[in-house]
Amino acid sequence: MLTLLVNVIGLLLIAAIVWWFWLGPKRHTAESVSGSEKLQILVKDGVYEPDRIRLPAGEEATLHFRREDASPCAEYVLFPDLEVSAQLAVNRDTEVHIPAAEPGEYPFTCQMQMYRGTLVVE
Amino acid sequence: MAEHAKHEPHHDGGPLHRFQLEGVSCAGCVRKIESALQTVPGVEEARVNLGDRTLAVQGEVSAADCVAAVEGAGYGAEEIRASERELREQQRAEEQHHYRQLLWRAGLALGLGVPLMAWGLITGEMMVDSPMQQLVWGAVGLLALAVLIFCGGHFFSGALRAFRHHNANMDTLIALGTGTAWGFSMLVVALPQLVPEAARHVYFEASAMIIGLINLGQALEVRARGRTSAAVEKLLELQDPTARVLRDGSEVDVPLEQVQVGDRLRVRPGEKVPVDGRVLEGRSLVDESMLTGEPVPVQKAEGDALSAGTLNKNGSLLFEAEKVGAETRLSQIIEMVKNAQSSRVPIARLADRIAAIFVPTVMIIAIVAALVWFNWGPDPRAVHTLVVLTSVLIIACPCALGLATPMSVMVGVGKGAEYGVLVRNGKALQQASDLTTLVVDKTGTLTEGAPKLTDIETHGDSDVLLALLASLEQGSEHPLAEAVVAAARDKKLQLKSADDFEAITAHGVRGTVDGKTVLLGNRKLMQREKIDSDAWHERAEQLADLGRTAMYAAVDGEAAGLIAVADPIRDDAKAAIARLLQLGLRVEMLTGDSSATAEAVAQQLGIDRVHADLLPEDKEKIVGELQGKHELVGMAGDGINDAPALAKADVGFAIGAGTDVAIETADVTLMRSSLHGVADAIELSRATLRNIKQNLFGAFVYNSLGIPIAAGVLYPFTGALLSPVIAGAAMAFSSVTVVTNANRLRFFKPTEEGEK
Ligand SMILES: [Cu+2]
Repeated sequence: MLTLLVNVIGLLLIAAIVWWFWLGPKRHTAESVSGSEKLQILVKDGVYEPDRIRLPAGEEATLHFRREDASPCAEYVLFPDLEVSAQLAVNRDTEVHIPAAEPGEYPFTCQMQMYRGTLVVE
Repeated sequence: MAEHAKHEPHHDGGPLHRFQLEGVSCAGCVRKIESALQTVPGVEEARVNLGDRTLAVQGEVSAADCVAAVEGAGYGAEEIRASERELREQQRAEEQHHYRQLLWRAGLALGLGVPLMAWGLITGEMMVDSPMQQLVWGAVGLLALAVLIFCGGHFFSGALRAFRHHNANMDTLIALGTGTAWGFSMLVVALPQLVPEAARHVYFEASAMIIGLINLGQALEVRARGRTSAAVEKLLELQDPTARVLRDGSEVDVPLEQVQVGDRLRVRPGEKVPVDGRVLEGRSLVDESMLTGEPVPVQKAEGDALSAGTLNKNGSLLFEAEKVGAETRLSQIIEMVKNAQSSRVPIARLADRIAAIFVPTVMIIAIVAALVWFNWGPDPRAVHTLVVLTSVLIIACPCALGLATPMSVMVGVGKGAEYGVLVRNGKALQQASDLTTLVVDKTGTLTEGAPKLTDIETHGDSDVLLALLASLEQGSEHPLAEAVVAAARDKKLQLKSADDFEAITAHGVRGTVDGKTVLLGNRKLMQREKIDSDAWHERAEQLADLGRTAMYAAVDGEAAGLIAVADPIRDDAKAAIARLLQLGLRVEMLTGDSSATAEAVAQQLGIDRVHADLLPEDKEKIVGELQGKHELVGMAGDGINDAPALAKADVGFAIGAGTDVAIETADVTLMRSSLHGVADAIELSRATLRNIKQNLFGAFVYNSLGIPIAAGVLYPFTGALLSPVIAGAAMAFSSVTVVTNANRLRFFKPTEEGEK
């Protein structure tokens, strides 16, 4: 009985992991910003918040990253497809200039890819 | 920009704003401004410094409100942005703070974990059998909980936050691993009857030890990471915090940020040039090695350009600021290096893809392994299940994988900057390491780019002949004529004016100097003028074979001798080419010159492939053709005429950072005007890529060995499972190892530059 219970729990956990991290619907905290507005992204506890940012296509923008995680993982933010990167200062805003880009999705991460976010240009 | 910037809380109170004041002249103004600010809500303290006319405001208040208050009192105020230097110092303080915090947490957690573990190892009594033991272990469990919260709270909060975002990271693994160990132990303590007797074992020491070790590992990592950015630090330190500006006739020291374009500045011997500018007065030797890698100091006099960060050696210079702040060459170099340091390398794509799915995968593996032990493992099954579950979660280290590439790129790119090699991004770095062919533009890269007089042969006095010829050529604009005139000037010969100057197309020139008829031109000119120059033919041909352009001279109808002009080969070109060949590259030369001249130069340098008689657009085509033959082509040029070819090549090396165009288009910019820079760049890129591969290999091996071992594949041979504590130690030190290995690149040195 206990054996069965433990096995069922284990399998359910696996299913839950697959669903939650990969398959399930991802609810993002999305925010859009136009070229002139100020958008602050909080870098804290392994998460960019918001982690989905909408930008109008063909316009430059400035994102303000506020890093509240002193661990070195959070030190850099990279937009590899846009060739943009920035070193983030602890406990203050760091401006990151995003060049005008084609519509599409551009992931951004920390160096180690622990922090992840998506820039949506549309 | 500034008006948007938020202000960071200081460790010692509210945010601090600083303003530059205008119109402040007396103590009365000071009081007026200070009291005006006291009425602004949120201001804790406002202080005016009359000496440098600044205002410091502390408190939760916006800069705009402060400016408004000052203006309301009848004065002007402008916010002073924190300087790069202050920012850096604050960041370093933060880092130091974080480091101490990590050590502190590690100490606390190990302080509980080590005695507990020692107790377990010595007495072997970690079982819960009696109510008394229940009580004691319960107390220990609460202590362990305190350690988890105080020393490992950030892992749990991070894991929770990430989880809510459907994300999982290292925190998740640590939180799950230590949480499971603690939860199981607490269950044993609270309700031992639920657990089979053999499994009534507590693992509080494991959770405390793991938290302690990982904090310790992170502390060491912070330390090691600090060193990876040493190169940029060094560049930043080239800037002094103040500059000596001439204001109202006197010299005043002002903070670097306040220097403006057009300011007149003074640099004394031994001081660094604070901003880019042009010399107005004085002469001095300036050491530019930090920017160009060129070891010999350069003489600077009126009208010469000065670059921020260079060192004034022996004279006092007065100069005018032309570029300040982020506009200076030094700032741009720093910016470029920083950008390249954090860019991605294509080779890491696989690692990136793995990293993206790593943590959930590990969680699944851990559950599967635990279930296998639970269903089919030997007794005590519950204990084995727990140990396997915890160990697998803890030993898997996504950070070693994630750090492998960025750390090496960081150190490698920084090291390049030290040698005057600026790499645009990680892709360029990787491609530079794979090059098979290097195409080199001759003019300006292999040669000086300006023709020089190389030979003068006459039966009489060579200086007399040279003076005559130079006097004749003064009026001509031909580049060869310039070489002749320049040679005469170098010898400080007296030039006279030439009369009846006449250029004879495709032949040469004729004129009268000092009453003598002077002719200078090719053999056809001599024949045309019926001058017997046969005695010089043989010598002329010898010179032509050496790649020089020989010209016949005649004075008053008599052959007087020969002069030869050539674009001289750079001193270090031969050694650099030898290095490149040594690196296994095929070197090909491109030039617009005639093939005879080109062949001669190529032969002297040891290059066996030459493309001569090229039009500028042909260069790009040749690069394309080579690429068509599946060669990975690097192109080295000065960036002015070669921009399209540089862009077309897999890696474009712009030699000599004189032109901004070059920096814009080239994949690699060489501050030094020497082909050695290309060899340095290739050696460095190869060393960096080797380092990246070591790191990636290490991380892959670590994880692909560590996870199965933690899952218990060695049990049949050793009869024991991997302790979660050992798993924690392995995990903590795997990322330290990666960073340390990357740091080894700091000892990179380009191979010797030959006999210099
Ligand atoms: Cu790790």
